[in-house]
Amino acid sequence: MLRLYNNLKGLYKYRVLIQNLVSRELKARYRGTMLGFLWSFINPFLLMVIYTIVFGLIIGPRDPAFGGSPWKYALFLFCGVLPWTWFSSSSIESANVLMVQGNLIKKVLFPVEILPVVVVISNFVHFLFGLPILLIFVPILGKQYTLFLLFLPLVILVQFVFSLGFSFLVSSLTVHFRDIKDILTNLLTFWFFASPIIYTMSLEAIQNSKILKLWMNLNPMTHIMLGYQNSVFFGEMIRWKKLGITFLVSVVFLFVGYYVFDKLRDSFPEEV
Amino acid sequence: MAAITAQNVTRIYQKYSSRHRFKTFKSALIKGDLFKGMKPDETVTALNDVSFTVEEGTAFGAIGENGSGKSTLLKIVTGIVKPTSGTVTVNGKVSALIELGAGFHPEITGRENIFINGIMLGLTKKEIHEKFDKIVEFAELEEFIEAPVKTYSSGMFMRLGFSIAINVNPDVLLVDEVLSVGDASFVPKCLDRIDDFRRRKKTILFVSHDLATVRKICDKVIWLKEGVIQTIGEPNRVVDAYLQDVAEKQEEDFEKRSRQQVVEQEAEYDENRRENRWGKREIEIKKTILKNMEGKEKHVFSPDEGMVIEVDVEAYSEIKDFAFGVGIFNSQGICCYGTNTILEELEPASISGRGKVILKIDRLNFVNGTYYLDVAVHKRDGYPFDYHRNLYSFLISSREKDVGIFRPDHSWEFSSDIRIKRTGEKD
Repeated sequence: MLRLYNNLKGLYKYRVLIQNLVSRELKARYRGTMLGFLWSFINPFLLMVIYTIVFGLIIGPRDPAFGGSPWKYALFLFCGVLPWTWFSSSSIESANVLMVQGNLIKKVLFPVEILPVVVVISNFVHFLFGLPILLIFVPILGKQYTLFLLFLPLVILVQFVFSLGFSFLVSSLTVHFRDIKDILTNLLTFWFFASPIIYTMSLEAIQNSKILKLWMNLNPMTHIMLGYQNSVFFGEMIRWKKLGITFLVSVVFLFVGYYVFDKLRDSFPEEV
Repeated sequence: MAAITAQNVTRIYQKYSSRHRFKTFKSALIKGDLFKGMKPDETVTALNDVSFTVEEGTAFGAIGENGSGKSTLLKIVTGIVKPTSGTVTVNGKVSALIELGAGFHPEITGRENIFINGIMLGLTKKEIHEKFDKIVEFAELEEFIEAPVKTYSSGMFMRLGFSIAINVNPDVLLVDEVLSVGDASFVPKCLDRIDDFRRRKKTILFVSHDLATVRKICDKVIWLKEGVIQTIGEPNRVVDAYLQDVAEKQEEDFEKRSRQQVVEQEAEYDENRRENRWGKREIEIKKTILKNMEGKEKHVFSPDEGMVIEVDVEAYSEIKDFAFGVGIFNSQGICCYGTNTILEELEPASISGRGKVILKIDRLNFVNGTYYLDVAVHKRDGYPFDYHRNLYSFLISSREKDVGIFRPDHSWEFSSDIRIKRTGEKD
């Protein structure tokens, strides 16, 4: 346990390398495009437009929480989709990262554990680019800024820890079981719909079903998503107890993920 | 002080991927014995109980055939691969010239890659700033440093990789066969830098098939065969022992091959293939054997050696007009030497029944290559009794690289105004 803690602390030692690799990822991603960095803003913005048209205007919000306003529903959707994109793309990229960077593992003495970290952080930076778009649209789409926005960093922290743990787990296991990549794609789709992102928790169908309610409460992403929605959309106090428990669970998850990664580490040069 | 110490290092690889161990994965993870409990036939022992020390400030070479474990050894010293058992300790900063530019990202510029690669190799940003110009200059990439690395040629790619790795200024430098890709002007430059390292009393671990370079720069050499240390010690002695072993292996291979050839040819005899053998066989050549001067049957000879050609013949009636001849051809079909008993004024009297003809060559003096033998028995006017065309072959194998056909005994001498260094000898 102590060793694990020390190893995780060792990540700090590589902060310069992590920082450089993240900026390399960001630079390389838009290199050669005409709009360059603007894409980091354009992508979430376009996503937002699409969701508004499809779920707001065409299907129309049924949930009383939005008072029939497609604009508010679009904002609500965006509250969840933006952080979800961070989580799902870091998970999918993590599944590949050790194979993609196989050269580094096989040919160079390289601290492998920073690869999943770089994935999570570079996707986090994209998330941060999308955040102002979200915040700009709060008043435009008929909501107000509240002081509860100040809790946003806390929610982000919880998601960060959780994503990191998940990335460690997924990246190391995929080296041995390539099937995980395909399983993961499907799992993430399922997980997306099984978390309150396109619907609210107050939906009758959820409140009336014990099983659904139990699931929602066990799903860490539920509490993380609710955190975003409460602080940005509803302007309510975050459910700090549940979010706190989610944070503890995420920390444990991070240790478990790192433990598995550490156990499998020596097999990477051979298997990737 | 020892810069590198390896103690009883063993490395076992799996032959197959771990996927077939899916069932035991959970238990393996819990017990942490993912590598234990495998059957021996599923594993390859790349290194077997290897121990050695490399003293600080010396150049240590590792030689051996492909697959003998040299690269695994280097990877273990670098720390990329963990030994299955045993320990390796390295004192000082290590830089490995194993896979040059392994960490380059194709989409970003050479400049950006220098920074990231440098940081990966353990430099600080400030150090890279200081060394930046030197790195670019050594790699000869001044014009291209702002271009994405994906536009580089493989030579430029390698030069940049080498330049960064060598400028890390390590205490221990690991070199693995990387120089084989450079062009004619860059390789000497690299060797110069390695030489420079040697002069500055840094430790070098050098893996190469280029035995001349190994002899030249190494203080001590290890020879690995199938993961086991064969010899370790003074470079010339170890390299010679290795070459001896290679020659023996060649001999075995050649013998196997020529035995196969003989079997094939025997089948051809039955059809009496005219290209390889002709004549009515009033006198028949039953068998031809090549031996060295000590009487040992051989197929691989050194040019300084002698050769004995033994031909068993049988005459089915008494014949008074006959001659024996031998021709030696190289693989281009050029006759290197030919003679017969008539030319050498040996008058035939009579032959009947079985007999043996022996031709002794005191010293072969041919350059390296495969040679084919014609053996014939014929009449004085050339009418063939039994003519064997290119049916026997032997190999000349030596360390010399001279060309042509014939190697006269020779030596070089220089007057005192001409300074010459012999490679293969230490400076």
